[in-house]
Amino acid sequence: MKYIKFLAVGIFFGIVLVKSEAVSWYRIFEMFRFESFHMYGIIGTAVLSGILFLQIGKKMGLKNTEGSIISVPKKERSLIRYILGGIIFGLGWALAGACPGPMYILVGTGVFSMLIVIAAAIFGTYIYGVLKDKLPH
Amino acid sequence: MEILLSPWPWYVSGPLIALVMALLIYFSKTFGMSSNLRTLCAIGGAGKKVPFFKFDWRSQWWNLIVVTGAVIGGYIAHFLLSNPTDIDLSTSTAVALNEMGFQDIGKSLLPNEIYGWDAVLSVKGLSILIIGGFLVGFGTRYGGGCTSGHAITGLSSLQRPSLIAVIGFFIGGLIMTHFILPLIF
Repeated sequence: MKYIKFLAVGIFFGIVLVKSEAVSWYRIFEMFRFESFHMYGIIGTAVLSGILFLQIGKKMGLKNTEGSIISVPKKERSLIRYILGGIIFGLGWALAGACPGPMYILVGTGVFSMLIVIAAAIFGTYIYGVLKDKLPH
Repeated sequence: MEILLSPWPWYVSGPLIALVMALLIYFSKTFGMSSNLRTLCAIGGAGKKVPFFKFDWRSQWWNLIVVTGAVIGGYIAHFLLSNPTDIDLSTSTAVALNEMGFQDIGKSLLPNEIYGWDAVLSVKGLSILIIGGFLVGFGTRYGGGCTSGHAITGLSSLQRPSLIAVIGFFIGGLIMTHFILPLIF
């Protein structure tokens, strides 16, 4: 039962991403061609709302369910891994038109060919794990 | 009800995505979808051979539940909460896709030319899905996050690594969209 809230958040997330069309290959293609404000509006207002939530939440001392002040894990400092990893991710994002959230959501909309993309993404993650120590971070 | 059934505008969807992040942070977790790919590797036994996957994946159980919910949410939104509506793409995008040989542009969430079974069962179509998925899975772990972890959570918490990663996302996305996709189609 303690997991029911995570199921509810996931359902809500899936509904929002479909209704916003952010799961659409077409919208991603359009975004990278700078031909519509739609995706920039979504990401922009999400980040703006997120900044407000975190800043105001911290100022007000908002506590999470474990009783600590709300916080976000800090990403370790580096340049090379973020730029190279980011570029590789971006190539795949624009080709498949789906990032890791929408991949699962789209299976729910009945696109079962997406399971091939998910399997390939799991394999890609595995290969990263194998090569991790040989890659520049 | 009509408002619910139509596509939602960006100024509604964006803040609602931030709400997803806020709820997960309030529940003492974090918003990051790509972590599940690593967890699935670990569940599959990858930790026996590769140290990167040797961790207590049971601590990530909650995130797999979020993903399960997302699949259900996708079903609800698509089959119960949507009127059949074309995606309102810009004319120039539709023209470009038309020139690349796409048909029924915006009539479904994904193009048949990539995700339809006719395409999937061809060498080209299958390669697109496998290479696309592989790049996403490899890149997201190398770069330490995806759209949810970097673009939403990382930028919301004003972290420089996430800004660098998002710039990377765009470099890769622009190369694919403007130089590689036109070669493929």
